[in-house]
Amino acid sequence: MNDHTHDSSHATAHGWRRWLYATNHKDIGTLYLCFAAAMFFTGGLMALGIRLELFQPGLQYWHPEFYNQLVTLHGVIMVFGAIMPAFTGLANWMLPLMLGAPDMAFARMNNWSFWLLPPAAALLLISLVVPGGAAAAGWTFYPPLSIQGGMGMDLAIFAIHLLGISSIMGSINIVVTVLNMRAPGMTLLKMPLFAWTSLITAYLLIAVAPVLAGAVTMLLTDRHFGTHFFKAAGGGDPVLFQHIFWFFGHPEVYIMALPAFGIVSQIIPTFARKPLFGYVSMVYATCAIGILSFLVWGHHMFAVGMPAVTQLFFMFMTMLIAVPTGVKVFNWIATMWQGSMSFETPMLFAVGFVCLFTVGGFSGLVLSVAPVDTQMQDTYYVVAHFHYVLVAGALFSLFGAVYYWLPKWSGNNYCEPLGKLHFWWSMIAFNITFFPMHFLGLAGMPRRIPDYALQFTHFNQLATVGALLFGLAQILFIYNVVQCIRARYGPADERPWDGAHTLEWDVPTPAPHHTWESPPDIALVRKGLRAQALEHGHE
Amino acid sequence: MNVEKGLHDAHYFVPAPSRWPAVGAIALFCLGLGAALAINAVPAGWLLLASGGGLLLWMLFGWFGDVIAESESHAYGPQVGWSFRWGMAWFIFSEVMFFAAFFGALFYTRSIAVPELGGSGLSHDLLWPRFSAEWPQQTGPSVASYTPMGAHGIPSINTAILLSSGATLTWAHWALLKGQRLQLISGLVITVYLAALFLALQAAEYHHGFAELNLTLASGAYGATFYLLTGFHGLHVLVGSLLLCVILARSARGDFDERHHFAFEAAAWYWHFVDVVWLLLFVTVYWL
Repeated sequence: MNDHTHDSSHATAHGWRRWLYATNHKDIGTLYLCFAAAMFFTGGLMALGIRLELFQPGLQYWHPEFYNQLVTLHGVIMVFGAIMPAFTGLANWMLPLMLGAPDMAFARMNNWSFWLLPPAAALLLISLVVPGGAAAAGWTFYPPLSIQGGMGMDLAIFAIHLLGISSIMGSINIVVTVLNMRAPGMTLLKMPLFAWTSLITAYLLIAVAPVLAGAVTMLLTDRHFGTHFFKAAGGGDPVLFQHIFWFFGHPEVYIMALPAFGIVSQIIPTFARKPLFGYVSMVYATCAIGILSFLVWGHHMFAVGMPAVTQLFFMFMTMLIAVPTGVKVFNWIATMWQGSMSFETPMLFAVGFVCLFTVGGFSGLVLSVAPVDTQMQDTYYVVAHFHYVLVAGALFSLFGAVYYWLPKWSGNNYCEPLGKLHFWWSMIAFNITFFPMHFLGLAGMPRRIPDYALQFTHFNQLATVGALLFGLAQILFIYNVVQCIRARYGPADERPWDGAHTLEWDVPTPAPHHTWESPPDIALVRKGLRAQALEHGHE
Repeated sequence: MNVEKGLHDAHYFVPAPSRWPAVGAIALFCLGLGAALAINAVPAGWLLLASGGGLLLWMLFGWFGDVIAESESHAYGPQVGWSFRWGMAWFIFSEVMFFAAFFGALFYTRSIAVPELGGSGLSHDLLWPRFSAEWPQQTGPSVASYTPMGAHGIPSINTAILLSSGATLTWAHWALLKGQRLQLISGLVITVYLAALFLALQAAEYHHGFAELNLTLASGAYGATFYLLTGFHGLHVLVGSLLLCVILARSARGDFDERHHFAFEAAAWYWHFVDVVWLLLFVTVYWL
């Protein structure tokens, strides 16, 4: 019987069935990454729509209502459609390879997690054409605005339910894979750091995705079934929604940042040709962020009216998060210190990440100060802050990850000069787009408004030009990836990076459909661990 | 074989390609779109809802059917068993967090929102001077007069029923561990009977609330938290009962033995989770 089931695990469907009925972690990872790329361009087009309107003061292209829909959908699609699925896709592809497991723990459920995403995206896009248009309350869906919208709001609510179900199942899969599927000899404190950050991320998501589901369910019943959760007329409170939303929303920020930390912690040691500095402190910092992220949600609500003591609590807790984050940044720098550095594209993106994420971290620290935040709440300073964290942070790490692992996935080289061009172009265009927003915010330009005062014109025009350039740069990326898959730049080596020692580099190139069907030999695991741990006595 | 490989299956079970996830995705799409249309009075929504529900049922029968067949053919080794246990534990954790959102809403409304609305200052004096801060909250521009649900009567009986059902389920579990099929089946029959009784009494309580107490979803923040908390709990009791029915049918068919009965354990964990939520609910929603 065992032999029979073992054989059936080799069965592979072909054509469309391979993707629709997939149970293979690599196929499902690929689906996630392609979906994320499609959503990245969809959300990106919406961002360009926003920047187009903001090129000049006054109303040029869109009705304010439609502008608000663009802002809302851009946020929802980028967060739930692009960044999160891309990280889940990477976890799918890489965790079994890195941990020496034959697949994810629940292969069929894995496919359901993915295939719930296209329906959710469809609901969001359908909402653009229903009467009243898409949700226009911002990605945070604050009532009373979100109670007043039309059918588009309901579609967004159900899309969030689907996305939540997908996230919970995907996260349970990741947690169980990490806890139960590691190769013999790979204890928790010997895992690659990407596995650690994926574990903590998935734990956060299991904890908070249901809370978001609860919040939007209350919105739904307030909208259609007469409840008064968020309506003062019946004793409810719109601020309650903000509390519940941000109880989800702040851990969500780390859900989009922690996997990036993990990726960068894989890339930098490889190209510095040194083991990761302070591995154990990295793990503890990740866990500390995982705990602290539940205790800071109030810093999104300083301007809403909270008792001073509560404000102080959230302010100090927020500042405290800078400590583990600082540990990470110093560890990355210490890893590079006196390394034999080379700057291939993944490394460029990783170093770019460290620089720009730190800028975003510092502007976050500025915003954590309650009296300062009262001034900057809902200004472009906030927009600048979270785009430094999410674009130069999460997105740059994702680009780095794709360039880093693409040779192993596809078996081919990508075009190195084109990759470098993509990095520098993105780096410059990103800063042209978002750096001026700090000044706009400090000068008082509010976010989510399609018009602005005349004195903000020049910086806005600069930002719009930057955004168009940034969008163009991403075409280079897609071109490079597609040409790589079509083998235009030659086959890749088994181990394209000489400083890489984790287990995924011990499978053939391109990674075959099934890998580690029986756990890797313990000697192989130990060899990789020794190479990772050399020089700092952690083994 | 190396000692450190002890816990690892020689070949971890990886299922063949399956249509069920895709069917499930289409089902949830139909349910989501259908619900959005239906609550906005588009008749086609009901059609979508019905087809989504049908697809979901088909998927659940097909998918669980596959899993049961694989389990009964002993395709799963011990490592797969651990995956299932971890997975179920984390799933229940996610359910705990779902209820936490609604309990959080209840606590926030009771101890922060309502007192603040009733406080001096500008809260209500100008807009609704007759507002008085109390719980269950009775006054407000859109609150029709109602009687809150008491803790005596049905809720107390239901507490006893649910606690007893936990005991009978454990009794059935002991029987399974000792290989006594008759006691296993009778324990499960009693548990399912108690579950059905709980649901019937809950329905009677809702009828009482709507028909005689004028307590509806629209009865201010009290009605909202009361019905959403007890309603979602009731829904989970329903799901738990269905799980137990499946376990009962499989026990009657001769599935499970002393060592391989993860499905029983999972259903039991779920049932105890539902039990614990009820206790919290009884204390904070009905009693205090």
